[in-house]
Amino acid sequence: MLSGSTIVGASIAYLLVLFAVAYVGDRRADQGRSIIDNPWVYSLSLGVYCTAWTYFGSVGRAASGGIWFLPIYLGPTLGLALSWLVVLKMIRIAKTHRITSIADFVASRYGKSHVLGGLVTVIAVVGTVPYIALQLKAISGGYALLTGDHDSDFSPLHLGGWLQDSTLYLALTLAAFTVLFGTRHLDTTERHEGMVAAIAFESVVKLLAFLAVGVYVTYFLYDGIGDIYARAAANPDLLSLLSFDGAGKTGYGGWFSLMLLAMLSIIFLPRQFQIMVVENVNEQHLRRASWVFPAYLLAINIFVIPMALGGLLLFGRGTVDPDTFVLTLPMVHGQVELALLVFVGGLSAATGMVIVETIALSTMVCNDLVMPLLLRGSDFARDGRRDLTGTLLMIRRGAIVVVMLLGYLYFRLAGEAYALVSIGLISFAAVAQFAPAMLGGMYWRGGTRDGALAGLLAGFSVWAYTLLLPSFAKSGWLDMAILTAGPFGIEFLRPEHLFGLGGLDSLSHALFWSLLANVCGYVGVSLLRSPTGAEASQATLFVDVFRRGPGTPASFWRSGAEVRELVPLVSRFLGKRRTEEAFARYARSHDLSSLDQLKADPELVNFAESLLAGAIGSASARVMVSTVVQEEPLGLDEVMNILDEASQVRAYSHQLEEKSRALEVATSELRAANEQLKEFDRLKDDFMSSVTHELRTPLTSIRALSEMMLDDPRTDLANRKRFLGIIVSETERLTRLVNQVLDLAKIESGHAEWHNSDVDMRELVEHAISTTSQLFRDRGAEIVTDLADAVPVLRADHDRLLQVMINLLSNAAKFVPEGRGRVEVKLSVGDEGIRVDVADNGEGISPELEPVVFEKFRQGGGAKARPQGTGLGLPISRQIVEHFGGRLWVKSKPGEGAVFSFVLPMQPV
Amino acid sequence: MSRKILIADDEPNIVISLEFLMKREGFEVIIATDGEEAVHRIRSDRPDLVLLDVMMPKKSGFEVCQEVKADPALQDIRILMLTAKGRDTEVSKGLALGADAYMTKPFSTKELVERVRSMLER
Repeated sequence: MLSGSTIVGASIAYLLVLFAVAYVGDRRADQGRSIIDNPWVYSLSLGVYCTAWTYFGSVGRAASGGIWFLPIYLGPTLGLALSWLVVLKMIRIAKTHRITSIADFVASRYGKSHVLGGLVTVIAVVGTVPYIALQLKAISGGYALLTGDHDSDFSPLHLGGWLQDSTLYLALTLAAFTVLFGTRHLDTTERHEGMVAAIAFESVVKLLAFLAVGVYVTYFLYDGIGDIYARAAANPDLLSLLSFDGAGKTGYGGWFSLMLLAMLSIIFLPRQFQIMVVENVNEQHLRRASWVFPAYLLAINIFVIPMALGGLLLFGRGTVDPDTFVLTLPMVHGQVELALLVFVGGLSAATGMVIVETIALSTMVCNDLVMPLLLRGSDFARDGRRDLTGTLLMIRRGAIVVVMLLGYLYFRLAGEAYALVSIGLISFAAVAQFAPAMLGGMYWRGGTRDGALAGLLAGFSVWAYTLLLPSFAKSGWLDMAILTAGPFGIEFLRPEHLFGLGGLDSLSHALFWSLLANVCGYVGVSLLRSPTGAEASQATLFVDVFRRGPGTPASFWRSGAEVRELVPLVSRFLGKRRTEEAFARYARSHDLSSLDQLKADPELVNFAESLLAGAIGSASARVMVSTVVQEEPLGLDEVMNILDEASQVRAYSHQLEEKSRALEVATSELRAANEQLKEFDRLKDDFMSSVTHELRTPLTSIRALSEMMLDDPRTDLANRKRFLGIIVSETERLTRLVNQVLDLAKIESGHAEWHNSDVDMRELVEHAISTTSQLFRDRGAEIVTDLADAVPVLRADHDRLLQVMINLLSNAAKFVPEGRGRVEVKLSVGDEGIRVDVADNGEGISPELEPVVFEKFRQGGGAKARPQGTGLGLPISRQIVEHFGGRLWVKSKPGEGAVFSFVLPMQPV
Repeated sequence: MSRKILIADDEPNIVISLEFLMKREGFEVIIATDGEEAVHRIRSDRPDLVLLDVMMPKKSGFEVCQEVKADPALQDIRILMLTAKGRDTEVSKGLALGADAYMTKPFSTKELVERVRSMLER
């Protein structure tokens, strides 16, 4: 038993410590040495999730349902691990657009709509004010227990008169604290650094206090967890708590809906959004938080079941309220100091929640309920001279006090009613209604204001009907008949069995219907019409927040404005000093030396609007800016055009890259082709030059000899005869040359005519030999043959092959030594086909010249052989052989003669 | 005293016609049928003028010309290049290498004789 003054003293002392922490946090922030710019502080501040409901209620839930309390903590664990990318996107969007509350987020996303912001605010207030009441109740109940103001089962005996109620003073103290640290600064956009530091500190306090009592119960009252479990297992009354089945009265469906609910609430509860998104200093902290926060949840839950079992073992079922076990267990064992510590821990859990929640709600109420109403009043908006920073702060402070008092009022009115006890989950279900509009808004461009409005209204209504209404009925405020028989006796509409859906616990049932109505309303109505310009532009800015490249504009509108109007407008809400600082920073970032040089382009207007949005919400900021800016509203078409242009620019530059790559390829191909053409050109020039040379050489002799005979008729007969003989032979040479050049050109260009017939190679070789026999006789050379008897008939051009054969034989005749020449001709049939070898005993060809002899106008041998040869015989022969799919080659040993061979396949290709 | 002319060409029929032409004009004629032989005969027989074919085995007319012009002892020898390749580059190359004159085949016998005479008179 503790005296009231001791407890009040301890509480005040604790609150003073909290003040000190918050004060240091703010001072450090002012000095630019933030203590909350730290992933640990950020992670701990997320612990604001664990309220007094966690602190006292977990043990209570565990005592009635075993591990049934777990989903509330598994949900966030899973949620944070799975959805940190979602949260990251949320943080990025909020920072980019200076969004300060969940209502502002929704309003801003759907075209900066006042109506939506207001609706979200109303839902948030309705959903969470009772939750604040629950915190106050927890503290008040704990206070009663500690002061002995309770019956034998530790139920508080009575509440005093309103003015004697310590809870009222607690609420007022908390309101004062919140006003001091939530709205301390004149600037309304900065983070509440001191408040966050205090919240992180509170997370540590409540964890330590809870662990202290857990250790005390588990290891001092009992012999550890094993001992407690063994005793519980021996007690048939408690056995069911140890198994899954015992918890499963609502089945796995219940587990699922609870986990889903907790998962959504970790993101969408106003206080969680405030701490996790608005107060976030550095996106990187989220990574640390994604495992530290689950670890925190694990730590704070370790002793829940041991304490629940320990309490039940001691008190038995149905006597002491298990929600109070954390206090009553130390108290009955005389550990008042521990009990006091536990109370302080509970106080810290409750105050943390209340402070952050009221700040979040007051921001919403101020920006999304009060400001729009004030802006509608003509004086307020148009009276440009008034400095409104003080007014803004007053509104916020007023909102904090009002929210706090609303919570207190609900606490006084509801008392022990079901409506208060079960409010935790009901509250979660209310904020879960934000999920479709929020998530849809971040990932789906098609969502419209009307869709979000319809979804939120439908979800909220179904929530109120299926969850809030029954809780009122169960509190005795409404006739229970509405639950059992349905409204007006219509069974079909029973709130907990809507449309006859049974078999679910009331929470899963409500969650199912409300989210179904919400999503259907949101998607269905959104699809009814395409987004307006404002909606489409905000959709793009939100959905593509990570992808904003240089091609995407920061905002979508055209405007004309004056800097001298914008700056005063902003300073009315932010204060002169801060506004000028902000604009000066903007000017510096655009390399301008002073404010006067600023141009009121859309970017500056957008900057001013986002400054204002931080203070009064995006929708109100929109309205205010529009009072000084002559705007041309952009239609959807125009927004789409801007977007299209941006994406076209991207696509175009992509195409350009592709094209330049293709050009490079084409260029290198062309260069290669050009090189080849140049090579061809060079070959052609060489060929022409060679032909010219070969034509001019005989012409030289012919002309010289003819001219001499013409000039000098007295030339003697012998010389005349000699000269005429030379002229005739040179003429023949010219004829041959012309014929062969034409021949080769025809073959090479593929225009040669081929007259194929059955060719007997043996007959052909003999024919060639007899044709050239005179040549051999002239040179005194002998010709030796080795011809296979039976040679298969070949399908080929007889005359062409004869040409090849004669060419080879006449070449051989030219190069054999005079008088002792010997030429061997061999005809054989092998694997490759029919083969002919012509071997001579001339000087042979040096190896490096072997391939060269097949080139045009390359003649072997000395001057003696020249006149008869054109230098085209072998190239033509090779072309002919290759035409029939064969090969022509030479093998030679210098000094021992050369062997020219060709082989023709049986089946010419 | 009659002037000595070296005919350097690998085409027998051209050699025959040039030999006949030059002898008829009263020149003493010596003959070489490839580049190496031409250089050899120039050094040994010191002709007054060389009718030098460009396309010859073993050594081209260009090489022969270069070698002769590089030798101070052979400075007096006139070189008339004859080529069947009519390209301008061939002409300028020959002249650049120090040839005194250049004619393309087929040539007019009258012009050739006039050119030879004028070259020898200088």
